[in-house]
Amino acid sequence: MKDKICIAVTGLNAIDSPGPGIAVIRSLREAKSFDVKIIGLAYESLEPGIYMHDVVDKTYQIPYPTAGTENLLKRLEYIHDIEKIDVIIPNFDAELFPMIKLEAQLKKIGISMFLPTVEQFEERLKINLPEFGKKYGIKVPHSKAIFSTAEIAGLINEFTYPIVVKGKHYDAEIAHTPEQVNTYYNKISAKWGLPVIIQQFIHGIEYNLTGLGDGKGNTVAAVPMRKQYITEKGKAWGGISIEEENILKIAENFVSSTKWRGGFELELLKDPNNNFHLLEINPRMPAWIYLSVGVGQNIPEALVKLALGEDVKPFDTYKVGKMFIRYSWDMIVDVEEFHTLSTLGEL
Amino acid sequence: MKIKKNIALSESGFVFNPSTGESFSVNPIGIEVFNAIKEEQSYEEISKTMLSKYNTDGDTFEKDYNDFVQLLNTYQLIELANEG
Repeated sequence: MKDKICIAVTGLNAIDSPGPGIAVIRSLREAKSFDVKIIGLAYESLEPGIYMHDVVDKTYQIPYPTAGTENLLKRLEYIHDIEKIDVIIPNFDAELFPMIKLEAQLKKIGISMFLPTVEQFEERLKINLPEFGKKYGIKVPHSKAIFSTAEIAGLINEFTYPIVVKGKHYDAEIAHTPEQVNTYYNKISAKWGLPVIIQQFIHGIEYNLTGLGDGKGNTVAAVPMRKQYITEKGKAWGGISIEEENILKIAENFVSSTKWRGGFELELLKDPNNNFHLLEINPRMPAWIYLSVGVGQNIPEALVKLALGEDVKPFDTYKVGKMFIRYSWDMIVDVEEFHTLSTLGEL
Repeated sequence: MKIKKNIALSESGFVFNPSTGESFSVNPIGIEVFNAIKEEQSYEEISKTMLSKYNTDGDTFEKDYNDFVQLLNTYQLIELANEG
């Protein structure tokens, strides 16, 4: 009989720009080495995962990261008293920093996580990416953090239009003129705060890789994918696993040189001269992580085992030419469920 | 000139490049020419076979063949001799 592990997961917002939570849970439910009880951790009362009772066993609302780590810790302790959580998998960039801060305290009460260190987390931030690229020999498009619209006029000295205007955690818009940069700057800074990142736009084809580092420099898993169907928000709605040595080398170089600990996603672009440029490093598993199960590398399962201190043998193969095609469907939910979650904070 | 070794062609005429994730479709004659190139037949051999099987002349075939190879090159499905 397999062990039953209680795993709490965030990112239940399976919406048009989905959080990875539901895909992570599906992967965990297909784990070969353990059974799971899944606790959903939700911020909003309309995150679809809350109402997917065959996916999530029980959901608790948790405070936003902006409410401070003290409040988050109290809430997690309360949930732990009831559910006896073994592992937490945070799936949002914005909650990772407080979670990393809480890792030691949660470990003391018996909750494990497998997250990057603060240094790893900060080094790959978009504002630090050019330095990161230089240090580890990875091509990164020229980028700059700006803190005021007064800096927009001077961008022409460093960049060639079009340029990409990015939020510090999410969102990216392509601007062809300083006026457009101004518009996107205001829109993105209002939503995600400062700084806003300006990045040189490069023509090319987008590739992604999701992987897992064991914290000692070993790449436990690595699955490269090409986006086939991209939404208006730039999210992959369909993709295919590919065999591309250069991307795998970049990933291995990234993991071995940073000793990356945890799941990650590399966003890359191949220019017409077949050079790869690193656009972003996401310090968590992506929403398309279920493809890793489809190709034979169950990354969420391996991550849980690493969190629990088990040895995990690196995967050495995966299936090429496996596609994922995302879909959306409507659930019918009684309003009582919505009321229960909204008033009691659990369902 | 060689078809890259990891390129796959299905019976229905779908060419899949696992390095880029791209798929292309070729018509039945395209399948024949593609397979002949993959078997490393020379242009002369391929031309001879095609002219004996189909109602076309050497000049037309040469032009179509060069267009086809150009397309394979554009989509990075072949390695030219100087690329090893």
